[in-house]
Amino acid sequence: MSPLHLCLAFSSVLFAVGLAGALARSNSILVLLGIELMLNAANLNFIAFWRYGPAPSSATGVIFVIFAIAVTAAETAVGLALVISIYRHQQSIRLQEATRLKG
Amino acid sequence: MNAVLVLIALATVGTAVAAMSRRNLLHSVLLLTGSWAGVAAFYLWAGAEFVAFAQVLIYVGAISMALLFAVLLTRRSRVDLEPGPASRGRALYAILAGGAVAGVLLSAVSRGPLAAARSPTPAVTVSQLGNQLMGPYAATLLVVGVLLTVALIGAVVLAAGGGPDKPGGAS
Repeated sequence: MSPLHLCLAFSSVLFAVGLAGALARSNSILVLLGIELMLNAANLNFIAFWRYGPAPSSATGVIFVIFAIAVTAAETAVGLALVISIYRHQQSIRLQEATRLKG
Repeated sequence: MNAVLVLIALATVGTAVAAMSRRNLLHSVLLLTGSWAGVAAFYLWAGAEFVAFAQVLIYVGAISMALLFAVLLTRRSRVDLEPGPASRGRALYAILAGGAVAGVLLSAVSRGPLAAARSPTPAVTVSQLGNQLMGPYAATLLVVGVLLTVALIGAVVLAAGGGPDKPGGAS
């Protein structure tokens, strides 16, 4: 197996772990953690293709990952603020009980 | 070279699986911090030092602290760390979905026409990165800065807003 295949397999497994965690848990913080894990797996792919891609001299992959990390930080901040806000209103962060917006 | 990669991958995936299967939320967050450190080690291995340090600073440093504070702020008492048990069927379906996605991705990776170029490690220095960010990607950098500012102000407003008795009231 070439290193590129290993990198891609690594990121696939990490993505699947994050997906299973986000789907299985009912705690909203853990769901957020699963989403973070999936985003990290996507960033791994960018770096792997930049490292073993056809044009490794350009820094496109690295710059994309930097921007993705910045966007992820913003998403986490807003997500945690939402979790704290939900906890204030309902005294619980279980997703099954956050049904206020249900039509 | 491959052995190091396999070691990093095993450590990262192992801590991620442990984090997703632990009952204690604090243990989950701490284990996931280890997983992010593993991802940073992968970036170092791949030769993207700047991204590795950004990962350490942002994920291992900042986001894990924010997550720990969120965990500690949203528990009801000192002993109420365990989230309510998700139903067994739901966990089973989630693992099935994750396994199916992993199967599809792994088969696509192993069968795909990926020609791994035997290239030396591409060296991108920090000054090159800075020139790129200030040159062709300056507009993107500005947009990301505005996005971060708006998101952080929004997070402060959301988290500092009043409780159910005084909706929307600041402080």
